Amino acid sequence: MTRHLPLFVLLAALAAPAAHAVEYRTVLPKQSTIHFEFRQMGVPVKGGFKRFTTQMVFDPAKPEAARAQIEIDLASIDAGSAEADDESAGKLWFNRSAYPKATFVSSQVRAVGNNRYEMRGTLTLKGRSRDMVVPVTYAPGHSAAIFDGSFILKRLDFGIGEGMWADVATVANEVSVTFRIAATGN
Amino acid sequence: MSRALRYSTPAIALHWLIALLIFVAFPLGVYMHELPLSPEKLKLYSYHKWIGITVLLLAALRVSWRMTHTPPPLPAGMAAWQRHASSAVHGLLYLLMIAIPVSGWLMSSAKGFQTVWFGVLPLPDLVDKNRELGDLLAGVHQTLNFTLLGLVILHVGAALKHHFIERQPFLQRMGWGKKERT
Repeated sequence: MTRHLPLFVLLAALAAPAAHAVEYRTVLPKQSTIHFEFRQMGVPVKGGFKRFTTQMVFDPAKPEAARAQIEIDLASIDAGSAEADDESAGKLWFNRSAYPKATFVSSQVRAVGNNRYEMRGTLTLKGRSRDMVVPVTYAPGHSAAIFDGSFILKRLDFGIGEGMWADVATVANEVSVTFRIAATGN
Repeated sequence: MSRALRYSTPAIALHWLIALLIFVAFPLGVYMHELPLSPEKLKLYSYHKWIGITVLLLAALRVSWRMTHTPPPLPAGMAAWQRHASSAVHGLLYLLMIAIPVSGWLMSSAKGFQTVWFGVLPLPDLVDKNRELGDLLAGVHQTLNFTLLGLVILHVGAALKHHFIERQPFLQRMGWGKKERT
């Protein structure tokens, strides 16, 4: 029995901190979503992106060391209708043949209390990069932790909807973006 | 006691106002449908929907007014089949004035575009977004509209025939010319 004690102590020592402070780094794509909503002639229109990859590291004990990188396949857009999906690929919108992806790369994460965090980073869309501050909430769960965030993006900052579409009275400049990333520590 | 040969003033006002709105909304609907996506198209769709909901409200008002007020009698010499036809066409016109905007409202919801009256008042989505339902309701909306077009041609043709060919003071019923009493 005593011969096994060192191994048991070693396992316990490894397991104990893991139980209290998981480092989340495996994202579950099927439980993760990116949605957006904008107003068109005063009418709220909902959409989203079906395909995106997320790389992240988050340890609630060391939030300042957290990192996240999201890459969105713009071809997976749901812009509210088939007609709008097609239109969004064009030069005036995403110019998808030249810029097929959107990326977000975090630069700094700061805890603001109550499982709420402020994530700073750079969003690159249509070849234009802008620094953003994104509030994120962290909800630990049994099977996966959930990271929810939302922010307002001004589409004209990125040249999304140029020319005739730059008229914000028809399609509003503000696009509300909501995301949910599910991740495990395995 | 003589009876007025004219509809009441509110009924006449509603008739012409609704007629005017339909005469704008119908060709607008046909035209905008074919346009490529553009801000102009989005604006026209909104205007069309605002007009449609306005017609729905006015038609609801009109039908309730019609149910509580007696319309002027038809000329004594009219054949029975004409009276039946007149009553049937009027019934269908009232029905379509309600059914067409409702079908458009439901279609909008099914296609995922809520109706926001004049960009200010959001109407509830009575059905969820559903592509098949949206396409089905688009067909219903179109069919009802072309039925309306046929009935309006019949309605206007009959009124003109009674007025100009049979020399009955028919257009006065809807306010054209001076008030006549029997």
